[in-house]
Amino acid sequence: MAEQKALVELRHIRKVFNAGTVSEMEVFHDFSLTIHEGEFISVVGSNGSGKTTTLNLLCGSLSADEGQILLHGKDITKMPEYKRSAFLGRVFQDPSKGTCPSMTILENMSLADNKGRVFGFSHGINRKRVNYYKSQLELLHLGLEDKIDLPVGVLSGGQRQALALLISTMTPIELLVLDEHTAALDPKSSENVMELTDRIIKEKKLSAIMVTHNLRFAEQYGTRLLMMDKGHCVIDSGLDGKANYKMEDLLRTFNEISIECGN
Amino acid sequence: MDVVLSLIQNVLEEGFIYGIVAMGVYITYKILDFPDLSVDGTFPLGCAVTAAMITGGINPWLACIAAFAAGAAAGCVTGLLHVKLRVTDLLSGIIVMTGCWSLNLLILGIHLPDPLSGNSLLQFYNQPTIFTSAPMSLLPEVLYQYRVLILAAVLAIVVKLLMDWFLRTKKGMLLRATGDNKDFVTSLAKDQGSMKILGLGIGNGCTALAGSILAQQAESASVSIGTGLVVQVLAAVIIGSSVFGRIKKLRTTTAVLLGTMLYKAVLLVAMLWLPSTFLKLTMAVLFVAALMTDRLGKKKGSVSHG
Repeated sequence: MAEQKALVELRHIRKVFNAGTVSEMEVFHDFSLTIHEGEFISVVGSNGSGKTTTLNLLCGSLSADEGQILLHGKDITKMPEYKRSAFLGRVFQDPSKGTCPSMTILENMSLADNKGRVFGFSHGINRKRVNYYKSQLELLHLGLEDKIDLPVGVLSGGQRQALALLISTMTPIELLVLDEHTAALDPKSSENVMELTDRIIKEKKLSAIMVTHNLRFAEQYGTRLLMMDKGHCVIDSGLDGKANYKMEDLLRTFNEISIECGN
Repeated sequence: MDVVLSLIQNVLEEGFIYGIVAMGVYITYKILDFPDLSVDGTFPLGCAVTAAMITGGINPWLACIAAFAAGAAAGCVTGLLHVKLRVTDLLSGIIVMTGCWSLNLLILGIHLPDPLSGNSLLQFYNQPTIFTSAPMSLLPEVLYQYRVLILAAVLAIVVKLLMDWFLRTKKGMLLRATGDNKDFVTSLAKDQGSMKILGLGIGNGCTALAGSILAQQAESASVSIGTGLVVQVLAAVIIGSSVFGRIKKLRTTTAVLLGTMLYKAVLLVAMLWLPSTFLKLTMAVLFVAALMTDRLGKKKGSVSHG
């Protein structure tokens, strides 16, 4: 495979939680990771391995104690979370985090559609876009296109997560960040949302990083696989080696690191 | 019969004036989920600014605008304390409410030889107010006696319509999203902190505007007029949204206005029987009652959703 351009780089990151207390914990000592353009990375690892912390550092929900974060070679280490959202789309584990419960599907989509533009005093809902929103909702095959005036709070977790996924990718983004986004759903919804994720990433040609506890999803989806343990990548399939890692190998390595942790 | 009519008139007048406060508190408490106590300080701030300006011979309509601006500024201070200095929501409100007390004494004493000594009451009888100058002074004699009711109703409805319009704009929808799910606002690349400051500004602006209207009706302003206001208004907002909020097609702003009327009516009727010493105790009991009706309503609602 040809040399790929770096999209986001984490360089020599150090992150300590509860510094100076008895519960001090160093999640990263010297962690580096490069996400290339067009990659779909799946990240697995035991609890406390630093998966979610990686995403939080990337999105700016946490700040690194040392090290640098670059986007297209530009330093964004100090950029606040909300500004980074301009080029990131994020879907959380909790389906309620990606949408506004008391607002309707239409209102949620109208807000998301305006991302990157001014939120001024023009009317919040552009009626001309309603058909477009409906056509997008039809792609989810959940029948939401007939419920656009319902508040999102009455939808099921799976429906909300599918909507959150759609909403986070409505406007152009550089990187889609998936934070265990299928973990809180029942097996059927989880499967649906995962398939939808894969379809959206392929259709819109997005780069993505997905943290998951589901080893099968990690093996089946994505172009690169990472397994993390104690702030390091113990497996990195690299740019073209993903096919070499079979389910059995992943399970074996995963069991080894889990036993060490006492999980 | 005349007594009953004048009581109804009284409830309506107060309902419209305090309804403007209630709509402001609706923004902070219901939309932003921010229990804002600064209202106790920004309401008399509106009164004080108005009294000082009218005493100084300034146009009463300008005084209304200035009162709104002063209240909005104080509300922004509450927001800045909360967002930038990470003071909790309740404490931010208490800090601003406390600080406003001295500020209000200073403003009320601004026309005294020694303003720094402060003043707790400023009367401006026979000065032009919004109730006595144009356009109200042009009303025919029959209607002129109802001028307070008419103007208060017009102003409350104008504020309501403006608020309804605002909450449907892109910015207004973003404000609603801030209270609903601040992570969603962050994901839209917008700073949820500045939306909170904006909401607190609008809420306290409305509160001070109502203060300005009340001061002009009474033709005086006192520093203690806002004490306990937040308890009354929160109760009105909660009653409004739990009693009238269920009616479909009724905007929440309308429900809040009606809630204020209902609250004022209940309070007035209660005080007909009780000695005035019991006013604050009655307010406290009514507040608990409002919270309970809200809770009962929510329980019923959740059952019907299944």
